[in-house]
Amino acid sequence: MYQYDRYDQQMVDARVAEFRDQVRRRLDGKLTEDQFKPLRLMNGLYLQLHAYMLRVAVPYGTLNSTQMHMLGTIADKYDRGYGHFTTRQNIQYNWIKLEDAPDILAELSTVEMHAIQTSGNCIRNISADHFAGAAADEVADPRPYAELMRQWSSFHPEFSYLPRKFKIAVIASETDRAAMRLHDIGIRIHKNDAGELGAAFYVGGGMGRTPMISHLVREWVPLDRLITYAEACLRVYNRYGRRDNKYKARIKILLHEIGAEDYAAQVDAEYQQLLDQGVEPPFAELQRIRTFFADPPFVEGLSDGVDQSDPAFAAWVQQNTHLHRVHGYTSATISLKPVGGIPGDATAAQIHLMADLAKEFSFDECRVTHAQNIVLPHVEQRRLYELWQRLDTAGLATANLDNIGDIIACPGLDYCSLANARAIPLAQKISQRFSDNGKDAVIGELKLKISGCINACGHHHAGHIGVLGVDRKGRENYQLLLGGSEGADTSLGKITGPGFDEDGVVDAIEKTTEVYLAQRQDGERFLDTYRRIGMEPFKEALYG
Amino acid sequence: MAEPISGTDSEARELDDVQFRFREDEMVDHPAVTVDAFVGQTNASAVRIEPGDDARDLLPHLGRIALVEVNFPSFGDGRGYSAARILREAGYQGELRAVGDVLIDQLSHMRRCGFDSFAPGVRLDEEDAARAFATWPEVYQAAVDGRAPIWTLRHGERNGDTNG
Ligand code: HEM
Ligand code: SF4
Repeated sequence: MYQYDRYDQQMVDARVAEFRDQVRRRLDGKLTEDQFKPLRLMNGLYLQLHAYMLRVAVPYGTLNSTQMHMLGTIADKYDRGYGHFTTRQNIQYNWIKLEDAPDILAELSTVEMHAIQTSGNCIRNISADHFAGAAADEVADPRPYAELMRQWSSFHPEFSYLPRKFKIAVIASETDRAAMRLHDIGIRIHKNDAGELGAAFYVGGGMGRTPMISHLVREWVPLDRLITYAEACLRVYNRYGRRDNKYKARIKILLHEIGAEDYAAQVDAEYQQLLDQGVEPPFAELQRIRTFFADPPFVEGLSDGVDQSDPAFAAWVQQNTHLHRVHGYTSATISLKPVGGIPGDATAAQIHLMADLAKEFSFDECRVTHAQNIVLPHVEQRRLYELWQRLDTAGLATANLDNIGDIIACPGLDYCSLANARAIPLAQKISQRFSDNGKDAVIGELKLKISGCINACGHHHAGHIGVLGVDRKGRENYQLLLGGSEGADTSLGKITGPGFDEDGVVDAIEKTTEVYLAQRQDGERFLDTYRRIGMEPFKEALYG
Repeated sequence: MAEPISGTDSEARELDDVQFRFREDEMVDHPAVTVDAFVGQTNASAVRIEPGDDARDLLPHLGRIALVEVNFPSFGDGRGYSAARILREAGYQGELRAVGDVLIDQLSHMRRCGFDSFAPGVRLDEEDAARAFATWPEVYQAAVDGRAPIWTLRHGERNGDTNG
């Protein structure tokens, strides 16, 4: 894992001091709320319905146990004893006092953490594949590149007042586990025929009210030109992205309006200019960062295979573990989606426990996933049963990864001032329903995602089944979408038709799954069946 | 971080409400003209860029410019940062002045993008501003202020000329 040197520490400390000063000036009345807002947002502080929310950055989703413990401590000390893991691999606290925020940031800085640029119209925390460094199918660990970009994008002097927020994700395998194509910039590290690594840049993806899948803008950026090329991408956006209408200000709209080819040509011209400016870090810096992500001391020569005679354990192994690149190891996902629970929430006690388990079972490392779960990336298979028992005792062994119970939901009307409808209680009902009727496991992979409004924080466009909360004559109403996906086969869901009330949408989802179960052919996932048979049979069942 | 040369110099302020200036040469004593007007005439040496202007239109004329004002009608519109850097990257040595909605918390970034004078629409608290100019002990990126980024310091070499 990356470790700060004195420079990194100095920068974070400088930011804490700066923010403390800004809060002081705000409380003294020297800053208006309008002037203060972008400053607090750049430190992760949002004003919600009932209180301030603080979003803490987890760069590329990776944490050590000390950091995880700190997240638990903050939940206890400054919040109501829990935290909420988010779809961008961060954690949010929903009940924060403005006066406490500088102290929280100071505590975070003692474990090399911060809330820098987790919000605001700047380059946000950079996300990555949550199985980075562990997945059998990766060509490299994507995190060194994400870390290099973290440094480059932190306090960037030119790109701190962009037209709109800017999200970057980095992956290094064919399979996309980071919704890379739905980011403003998605970077895929890949290998050419000569065996060298390079970066493909996809630009202009995003969700929100106008969801778009990104365009491949350049297939091959040499690794020693990564920052220069990113800088060119951002400069063209900063200069030409729309600022007259915040709903049209994301880079996806710029690409949509001028065309991906024109954008690529402008970036290329800017890139040529910037090549002479010495903005690229020395290659030795990338190598320095890489050494932090070297393999942990894996035990060599272990064999694969787990005794699955305990059926509950077997179900969890089949559902919640992922193929590791080293024999005898596996990546285990801790589902934060217990039946009827709040997706992504964890209590302080659970956070502390997960920190302990990361230390005992996974070389002191854990990850936050964009599906709001926690991964222990490097677990010895022969110790998996022991791990599972510890999780099971704490209510953290739900075996529902990627199933209908593994719901992504935004905070919705319970917290968010922009919401049209509640998302959390709906998620709880759905999860309860499909547990009670025993269909969760029968249905298999089905990614269900709920947003409380058109801003799409809950990724509803990318759900195999998506649910969008809308306001219908002053009442909460839910539209259903089918066929979205955020994987390698990224697609956007389509609306089925008129919306439903809260109970109605739970029934509608059940009907949708019945159509699937009746129609599925061998091995088909819900998404495959939908793609084969199309929307009609589902419409028929829902409205016919 | 160097002290501004004209920090509290009240005489200088009267010229153009410049509150902070990090240069020693004489200030231009005539008003800046728009980019369109500038490109069309030959005698002006001061020009004012609005957010929608293309700073590159000025590149053929850099030799005869002594002052570029970059206007920030609203602090949240960050186009002026790119305009400033583009001019400096192209070798512009004259005065680069941020005018308009220029606030305490943007000063350090503006300085890094090559601004060397500041004429805020509303006068800023001197102490707060001094702290703001000194916010960053080191910097992560190469920009146009000549500061060596952290990654250069780490490896004890300069990676190209950061000052274009
Ligand atoms: C209550 C506080 C929140 C507010 C006010 C808020 C607001 C917004 C808004 C306005 C957008 C649309 C931005 C755009 O299209 O330009 C958005 C998008 C998004 N938000 Fe939130 N959000 C909140 C909480 C969250 C949470 C808790 C998560 C994670 C679980 C989240 C994750 C996202 C994601 C992934 C997107 C989509 C990004 C994209 O369009 O590419 N947000 N949010
Ligand atoms: S999708 Fe809408 S309701 Fe949900 S968190 Fe985002 S802004 Fe709030």
